Order: sequence, then structure tokens, then C-alpha cells
Amino acid sequence: MDQLKVFVTHYNYFITIFLMVAGLYIVIARGNMIKKLIGLSLFQTSVYLLYLSAGKIVGGTAPIYDPAFKFYSNPLPHVLILTAIVVGVSTFALGLALVVRIHEAYGTVEEDEIFAKDDGA
Amino acid sequence: MNKDGVSGAVVEGASVQGTGLIKGASIEGVPVESLLMMVLLTLLAVITIAIVRQRNMFGVVMLASIYSFLMASVMMVLDAVDVAMTEASVGAGISTVILLATLHLTKSVEYPQVRGVIIPIFVSVVVGAALIWGTMSLPPFGIVDAPVHMHTAPTYLAASRDHLAPPNMVTSVLADYRSFDTLGETAVIFTAGIGVLMLLKGRRRKMLGESEGQGDRGGEA
Repeated sequence: MDQLKVFVTHYNYFITIFLMVAGLYIVIARGNMIKKLIGLSLFQTSVYLLYLSAGKIVGGTAPIYDPAFKFYSNPLPHVLILTAIVVGVSTFALGLALVVRIHEAYGTVEEDEIFAKDDGA
Repeated sequence: MNKDGVSGAVVEGASVQGTGLIKGASIEGVPVESLLMMVLLTLLAVITIAIVRQRNMFGVVMLASIYSFLMASVMMVLDAVDVAMTEASVGAGISTVILLATLHLTKSVEYPQVRGVIIPIFVSVVVGAALIWGTMSLPPFGIVDAPVHMHTAPTYLAASRDHLAPPNMVTSVLADYRSFDTLGETAVIFTAGIGVLMLLKGRRRKMLGESEGQGDRGGEA
């Protein structure tokens, strides 16, 4: 029963870790560079989830002031993650532009084929 | 703790249970909000498995878009409304558009699986186990007296209330206390935009020589 309780109260963290590990797995195991970047953004999103989970109060409300409410979730993680999302998408765009350039130079975005071409040249 | 009465932390007179959870609707002792959260998170995990397994790149991009929308819903339930809006527009909108543009430019449709999966699975399992071990000492989800709500947050909340405008605390914290974050963010976006433009410049010139060109992807961030 105690373990079940821990499972329920820490479920957010478990899923966060699952998403993070899935992103890591994609980055290591998949050779397609676009998919690698999607894996990286999964990894990134799991960090957003971790921050926002920490800021939440169950039974509280969104941090918009109103005299009717007493409990608000912590606004600071929201501010940090707002910045992180926008920075994340700009680095994502830069990575994809690099992929496009790599495709121009090598004619493929598969890592293994690129290595093979490098070795052959 | 806090004499102003507005706080992320414990306020006198509020009905807080021994577990640190605010009294509210609950099923078998689990708050309804947490249950909703768990359902959405489980869906998120399912979509993630689908992303890992999907071989068709177009499918992967669509699943990534679904993932972003689900993540935005999760953020809504986590009371992060501003973040949810940004995630829905930026994560599900702009990311999908630039991914589709990249797919078009690289003609990446399907890819074979040629590498071994033993080492990646091993690394992932070890990292995951270490992280799960690490979360065991974290406070339970959603309690009022978690350390994160004790420090600086009450100050921000009280100050936002005393400012009177804007009522959205995220806006007031962002603009009044953490403007340098946004300055740094702008610098990053600017640099990334220049980088994208420079990387795709040669291509654009070549395309213009051939046909009318693809359209600029530099200004999307």
C-alpha cells in the first residue's frame, strides 16, 4: 500500500524520467538526424515537465491574481520554462538547418551512410 | 510564514490535510486533479513509445505534433497556462512546420534499422534507474509545503498582488524581476536566426538560379 502511494505521488517524476530516457534512446539508437533532433526535443520537453510538476499545488489555481483564491502554483518555473521553450525551438531550427546543409553535402541524412562516405573518400 | 495571506505556502485557516494536500474532490484519497494528470501522462508515454517505434519520418513528425499538444494539455492541468499556450503554438505549430520543411528539403521518408540496440537500451535503463532512485527523495507531487513553494515564491506572489497590474503573476515576474532572461533569450534567437540564414543562404542562391526558391525559413524563431 505504501509503495502504491509512492507510485501515485511520484507518477509525474516517473513519466518525466521515461520521456527523458526515451529521448536519450532515440538520440543514441537512431541514425536519422531528423529523428535524433526530435529525440533531443523529447528530452527537452521532459525537463519542462519536471519544472512545472515541482511548481504545481494540487487544489491551487493558475498564478493569475484574484481575491477569491488563496493558493497559486509557483510562477517562477513558468517564467523559466517560457524562456526555455523559445530558446529550445530556435536551437531546434538551427539544428534542422544544419541537417539540410548536411543533406546538400552528402545527399543523405542517415548517420551510417555519412560515415561510410567519409571513410570511402 | 507569511503575513500577507497570499502565498504559495501554507496560509492559516486553509484546510490542509496532514499529507500537505489541500482538501478537495478526491477518489480513494487521490485528488481528481492528480488522476487527470496521470491519465494525460500515460497517454504521453504511449505517444513517446510510438515515436520511438515509428519508422516513417512523416509519421514521426505527426506524432511529435500530437505529443506537443498533449504536453500542452498536461501543462494546462499543471496550472501553467502561459507555458501551455506557448507550447501549443511553438512546440506543436512552428516546430511541426519547420520539421515538415526539412523533410521536404531532405526527402527523408523511411529509414532502415541497421544498428544494434543493446548498448542504447543498456545506457537508457541505467540512466533511468539512477534517476528514479534520485526521485525517491523528492517531495510528493502537488503538496502545499514543498520546499519550492517556501522560498522566493511567496515574495513574488505578494509583490504581484501589491502591484495590482498585471494580475497575471507570470507576466509580472517575467517583466519586473527576470527581464535579463528575456534579454538573453532574444540574443539566442537572434544568433540562431542568423545561423539558419547563413546555413541556408547558399542553397537559396542555387535554388533561385534553378527556379523561384523555397521561401525563407530564417525568421521562424
